[in-house]
Amino acid sequence: MSHVAYLLILVACLLGTAPLELVLHVGVYAQWRRLALTLLTVVIGFGTWDVWSIHRGLWNYDGHYLVGITLPGRLPLEELLLFLVIPACAVLTYEAVLARRPDWRA
Amino acid sequence: MYTVSAVLGVGLAAAVDLLVLRTNLLRHKAFWTSYAIIAFFQLVTNGLLTGIPIVRYDPDGILGWHLVFAPVEDLLFGFAMVVVTLSTWVRLGARAPRRAAR
Repeated sequence: MSHVAYLLILVACLLGTAPLELVLHVGVYAQWRRLALTLLTVVIGFGTWDVWSIHRGLWNYDGHYLVGITLPGRLPLEELLLFLVIPACAVLTYEAVLARRPDWRA
Repeated sequence: MYTVSAVLGVGLAAAVDLLVLRTNLLRHKAFWTSYAIIAFFQLVTNGLLTGIPIVRYDPDGILGWHLVFAPVEDLLFGFAMVVVTLSTWVRLGARAPRRAAR
């Protein structure tokens, strides 16, 4: 059970923000191409930073809480998913704020 | 060390927003309101990740100041990620209507 701990945190983030798309209809997942390009940018930039930090020994992961799939650069699968989940949550939040305050759109 | 790279990361992210993509989100209320909400949940998730602890840090690479278990550097890492994410999202959105108008 503990092996899915990190994965469960990510799932909770997705479930917690899902109502913004489903109830507030912010249309973030609906713009999947725009979202995919945004996530790709974050994965490349922050994934590189993460791999470099792991390589330098700045942080490491306790395998006890991971599903056990390790990507090149010793990056746990969950950490890659983090760079998809957190940005998606951020965009959903931003669009939800704009949905409530349309006059704030830059 | 993490402290230096985190400060550099914030600087780079700000440069992306203000100079490269020119989305100027850092000058807008919508960004800071969103960030306030996101930051709260980031403290929760970072707190879980470092409190359990799923992630362990080299004590020599960080200042040693912690916020809900997580090193303060994590807050900077998370802030940089949100800035780059929203700047890219807004830039990609601004392009679409122009293309459609042609």
